[in-house]
Amino acid sequence: MTQTVHTGSAVVHTANLSLEFNTDDGPVHALSNIDLDIAPGEFISLIGPSGCGKTTLLRVIADLETHTGGEIEVNGVSPREARESRAYGYVFQAPALYPWRTVRRNVMLPLEIMGVSRQEREARCAQYLDLVNLDGFEKKYPWQLSGGMQQRVSIARALSVEPELLLMDEPFGALDEITRDHLNQQLLELWRKTGKTVVFVTHSIPEAVFLSSRVVVMSPRPGRVIDDISCNLPRERALDIRETPEFLEIAHRVREGLKAGHSYDDD
Amino acid sequence: MTMIDRLLHQGAFLPVLTVVASLIVIWYAGAVYLNSTQLIDRYQKKGVDWDISRLAQDAWKMERPVLPAPHQVGVELKKTVLDKRVTSKRSLVYHAGITLSSSLLGFALGTLLGIALAIGIVYVTTLDRSLMPWIIASQTVPILALAPMIIVVLGSIGITGLFPKSVISMYLCFFPVVVGMVKGLRSPEPILIDQMRTYSASSAQVFFKLRLPASIPFLFASLKVAIALSVVGAIVAELPTGGQGGLGARLLTGSYYGQITMIWSALIVASVVSALLVTVVGRLERIALRKLNGGQAVAV
Repeated sequence: MTQTVHTGSAVVHTANLSLEFNTDDGPVHALSNIDLDIAPGEFISLIGPSGCGKTTLLRVIADLETHTGGEIEVNGVSPREARESRAYGYVFQAPALYPWRTVRRNVMLPLEIMGVSRQEREARCAQYLDLVNLDGFEKKYPWQLSGGMQQRVSIARALSVEPELLLMDEPFGALDEITRDHLNQQLLELWRKTGKTVVFVTHSIPEAVFLSSRVVVMSPRPGRVIDDISCNLPRERALDIRETPEFLEIAHRVREGLKAGHSYDDD
Repeated sequence: MTMIDRLLHQGAFLPVLTVVASLIVIWYAGAVYLNSTQLIDRYQKKGVDWDISRLAQDAWKMERPVLPAPHQVGVELKKTVLDKRVTSKRSLVYHAGITLSSSLLGFALGTLLGIALAIGIVYVTTLDRSLMPWIIASQTVPILALAPMIIVVLGSIGITGLFPKSVISMYLCFFPVVVGMVKGLRSPEPILIDQMRTYSASSAQVFFKLRLPASIPFLFASLKVAIALSVVGAIVAELPTGGQGGLGARLLTGSYYGQITMIWSALIVASVVSALLVTVVGRLERIALRKLNGGQAVAV
């Protein structure tokens, strides 16, 4: 199972990666034989139906779960070392803000933990709140913000760590479509400006195709990769790109992949 | 709206007043009923003609009633609370002060012990498995049986006065605090714990920045129970130490000399002290929770 791998400059490299959970009903293959290389600056979407392991894969990259087979490297080291060197920022499905902290102090939380100086904390907080268009909201508490604004705070918080790698687990899943469209555009703009590597988990086809430079289609039981699609749409895209033939073609291919991997009908 | 209207229609004023009025009526009726045997006996010996109104009048002004009437307790309270100097041994304020100080010390010790045990249980797996059954068992021992032994044991090693009484309050107080704090320290959602892990936060950072603040609502719910228990503990502790004062000592003296009115007065003062303490903790809770929710008003 162990073999020497040459990761080159890949931000994330997996070979034959698998993860089995032991449950009362026997082992569950959450991930099976995942081979994936993510190059710096890519925006990768992991898409698939629930239970396909897309979130699990993201959690393995983040060292929130431990794989049981195969290999994985993040920035050329183990996920644990990468986590300990604070190599990534992670945005969860929920904003996960602290109700007793103001927006400003929420953004500063990881910086406090990492021992960043007060002056630097203030500067970065202002910079990233500005980037997600939330300047002026520093002194508000989470309950005073809408769901979309809360999620933007959580993105600013993840960015404030200034990681090269951004892991996002269905960050806009709980939001309405209009807010989601708006945040998608902001995120794309952010990616264009910062050139970060983004791994983005979603179950929305338009969202995946609109945002990504590459869409990885996954399928459940066992969780595996069934298609890997490059989206060579221009980096600067407006929402109406979603009506162009190129966009629709990619979306179609993603949908076909999802259909092929869908095992619900067979059960 | 007039003042009266407002009082009648807003908040808990009317319901509380109704309950108090009914209790007083029941109390007066109870005083007649419970004292009647003694009185009727006396009437028959003296061959007095009596009716229900005479019985009631006599029942409400007996010198050694089985159940004193509310106004008799009122008179006793006025005498022992308002008329006596607070330094006098006959002042209930003096005795309440003694009970209050040992309750508060016991409450503080119990809270600290409870928090310490809860941290141990949450962070050390062995303690989680081993400690909880003992903590629960500790509360199944009747405190009334345990109190004299604690006083005697501590007395024999030269510890007397306030501290042994506080130990008994502490014994009652720490339990709700442990239970509440264990739940509170474990209350942060998995997503917040995962998030701390993505920051590579140390255990101490997770504790101080996340678990401790998240446990505050649970802590206060426990503290409200604990503060009332601390008064019970102090009073129970004062029963075997009779001579040294405190509301418990007054209860004991009252029952020695058949001074039922004295017992009732002490009981009422004890419940007022408890109610005040619970109110203070409740106020602090409101302030703390408001802060914890970023200034948003919270229902307690």
